[in-house]
Amino acid sequence: MSAAAVSIEGVAREFPGVGQRGPVQALAPTDLAVAQNDFITILGPSGCGKSTLLRIVAGLDSPTRGRVLVDGREVRRAGPDRGMVFQSYTLFPWLTVAENIAFGLRERGVPAARRREIVAAYIDTVGLSGFEGHYPKQLSGGMQQRTAIARALANDPAILLLDEPFGALDNQTRGLMQELLLGIWERERKTVIFVTHDIEEAVFMASRVVVMTARPGRIKAEVPVDLAHPRHYTVKTSPDFSQLKARLTEEIRSEAVLAARER
Amino acid sequence: MRPLQPVGQGARIVLGIGFFVLFVLAWSVATFGGFVPATFLASPLAMLQDGWLLLTRFDFLHDIGMTVWRVMGGFLLAAAVAVPLGIVMGAYKPVEAFFEPFVSFARYLPASAFVPLLILWAGIGETQKLLVIFIGSVFQIILMVAVAVGQVRRDLVEAAYTLGASDAGIIRRVLIPATAPDIAEILRLVLGWAWTYVIVAELIGSSSGIGHMIIESQALLATGQIIFGIIVIGLIGLVSDFLFKGANRMLFRWKLA
Repeated sequence: MSAAAVSIEGVAREFPGVGQRGPVQALAPTDLAVAQNDFITILGPSGCGKSTLLRIVAGLDSPTRGRVLVDGREVRRAGPDRGMVFQSYTLFPWLTVAENIAFGLRERGVPAARRREIVAAYIDTVGLSGFEGHYPKQLSGGMQQRTAIARALANDPAILLLDEPFGALDNQTRGLMQELLLGIWERERKTVIFVTHDIEEAVFMASRVVVMTARPGRIKAEVPVDLAHPRHYTVKTSPDFSQLKARLTEEIRSEAVLAARER
Repeated sequence: MRPLQPVGQGARIVLGIGFFVLFVLAWSVATFGGFVPATFLASPLAMLQDGWLLLTRFDFLHDIGMTVWRVMGGFLLAAAVAVPLGIVMGAYKPVEAFFEPFVSFARYLPASAFVPLLILWAGIGETQKLLVIFIGSVFQIILMVAVAVGQVRRDLVEAAYTLGASDAGIIRRVLIPATAPDIAEILRLVLGWAWTYVIVAELIGSSSGIGHMIIESQALLATGQIIFGIIVIGLIGLVSDFLFKGANRMLFRWKLA
């Protein structure tokens, strides 16, 4: 295994209590190492702190305890080395598709000509040719998330963080988006951390699935996925896939039951 | 008719004009029918005659020009101070904590009550008129802009940070463009209020302007002229509103897209 691209060391997060309620432990001390060019999915029931963990890696939230190292340096704030795609549609509504993708490049002072080249390349990668001049409002959810992926990739980040990016999409679109992202990863080889509550999605995309428990979030199991690359969508019906899915379903079910009881 | 059901474009225009017609009709019945003495309320016809007289004989256009100039001058000064300060307050919470209580207090100080004081300080010249409008507008704009900037979606700001935006970049390329349409809307609203301040400023110690004409007409019991003056203000307000809305539509196409 190559050097860890991301190492999460004893990271815990507690949210202060509001009013009568005491503080909420969202994330129990967690350790996780993610190797260079690895694709891991973090799978867990909603409210298990998986998004919190991802936000801490992104530098959008700070751990109460522990630290996150990226490339050996401690994460203190967000930066362009860790691209992020959110579950909510976060395209800038006042910018066109092309301008959205160029946002990070412009912010870092990349010259206009170079910017245009990069934007054109990623428009092509995510299949949005012809929509360069559209505003986000004019796009479907899937197209918006494709733009968001292109926007994050345009910065050429070493690490790509995705927080249930396809959660709001319909099933068919979601499947296509998974293939698109997997294809990009197979070609560009980035380190990817992908948070989801969808078991099939977790297995299909990942080389390793990290299962988290109900609140307070904790890593319960790490399941390697040894399905060959490039992965075709038909792999979803293979026996190996079904077996992994069954195993993860067992792991996650008990947690979902716990989480449901808590509410 | 059902709640929130949209109305067609044609019906909207007919209905909108309909009320104006009804209004003038009621006014005509009250005056021509002799229900209200002409001393207190001029008829629509008398109003138009008085208006024509004002425009042709008494150089009313000059008064209109003066008033428009004062409103725009005071309003632009206020906007030039308030918009940047509002943005900084919205973006930086300590700055907001510093200014917000005072501005909230100052917002309730009635601009018209400052007129006597401002006459003492600045005389009865143009400076005083501009200051009344400035005081009346500046605090309102500051607060509303600060609120608008403070309400920018957090996830957009976070997305910009993960794309490598600096703090200055967040303000310049997220907070300002995200709130620009709201700020334009705030300015449109406050400009409407500025029109009421200017008339108050002109009622006292003024030798020109629509407000001055109105107070002179009162001494002469020329209700037709007063009403004409008020209607002119309304029309100018309507036109400026229309222009503002048109400009917003052109500038912020993304909002409608």
